[in-house]
Amino acid sequence: MNWILTLMAAAAVAGGLVSGRIEAVGEAALSRCGEAVSLILSLTGALCLWSGLMEVARRAGLTEKLAALFRPAAARLFPGLREDGETLGLIAMNVTANLLGLGNAATPLGLAAMGRMAEHCPPGRPATREMITLVVLNTCSIQLIPATVSALRLAAGSAAPMEILPPMLAASALSLAVSLGAVALCARLFPDRREP
Amino acid sequence: MSALLAGLAIPAAIAGVLGYGLFRRVNLLEAFCAGAKQGLRTAAGMAPPLILFLTVLGMLEASGGLDALCWAVRPAAEALGVPPEVTPLALLRPLSGSGSLAVFQGILQSCGPDSFPGRVASVIQSASETTFYTTALYFGSVKVSRTRYALPCSLLGDLAVILSAGWMVRLFLD
Repeated sequence: MNWILTLMAAAAVAGGLVSGRIEAVGEAALSRCGEAVSLILSLTGALCLWSGLMEVARRAGLTEKLAALFRPAAARLFPGLREDGETLGLIAMNVTANLLGLGNAATPLGLAAMGRMAEHCPPGRPATREMITLVVLNTCSIQLIPATVSALRLAAGSAAPMEILPPMLAASALSLAVSLGAVALCARLFPDRREP
Repeated sequence: MSALLAGLAIPAAIAGVLGYGLFRRVNLLEAFCAGAKQGLRTAAGMAPPLILFLTVLGMLEASGGLDALCWAVRPAAEALGVPPEVTPLALLRPLSGSGSLAVFQGILQSCGPDSFPGRVASVIQSASETTFYTTALYFGSVKVSRTRYALPCSLLGDLAVILSAGWMVRLFLD
């Protein structure tokens, strides 16, 4: 990530110089850092809401039940979290929200799960297989109904805005299979170094 | 039906958790505040790394470097069966949510939503995510900079969508 960031910044400077848009690059830098803060502020409420509700659910024993439902699939995808019902519960809810197309609800749930996974590994440590799997699940769009896209198609005068559903689901499934297959392969090739 | 289900999900989850907590005699307010405080800590920790990530992404978007990249990969993309109108979308989709949405709308407008490029663009737009952004957000939130094989695996998935979108549209819609 450190490398990619530096490379992207260098590409931005080079691209800005070539296209004569270097001033726009400077402006973007200053406006985007402000936008980052407003994004976090807009996420904070939902993050606190879900974290609070998860704590209620945990004390009521609900997360354990949810995680138990999800356990057969989770044991394969997240082998290191088998004992951690609460994190699995958060992940199950993150995936459900993603499937329903509720991105705004899914993100805080996923971030809360990341936070719990990071508790077991101090800052500076490389990503664990479980963290990578969760991030990859969230970078594959796994929504069942393409709500935004079909609305835009309708607005553009499409005769059948929802007709893209079958090819979209097929492409989504293919991408999920490819990504998770690659993660499984990489996890085997480059195993996590666990602390003794 | 599906809209109702999606609309019901969040309110039902909130009411359900609170109701079940009450039923199991959990001290709701105390438990909620303890959890929400943890959420506040997560949000505060997220801010510094995210500011860096989003700033650099924004610089790249504004620099026009992407336009140059589009021009450079267009012959290869065409050889792989990606319609030329869709190439900018395919390149921008993993990088920028607002940018790709703008390009997507442009394609719908210029080619028409029911044309072949319009359909392929719709599939790419709905079946892939802003991979760089999501990866930066998730790993940034826990200050993990060594993301190992996360980005390559995610991008491989995006590539699968981009390359298969044309085939999927032909298979299902022609």
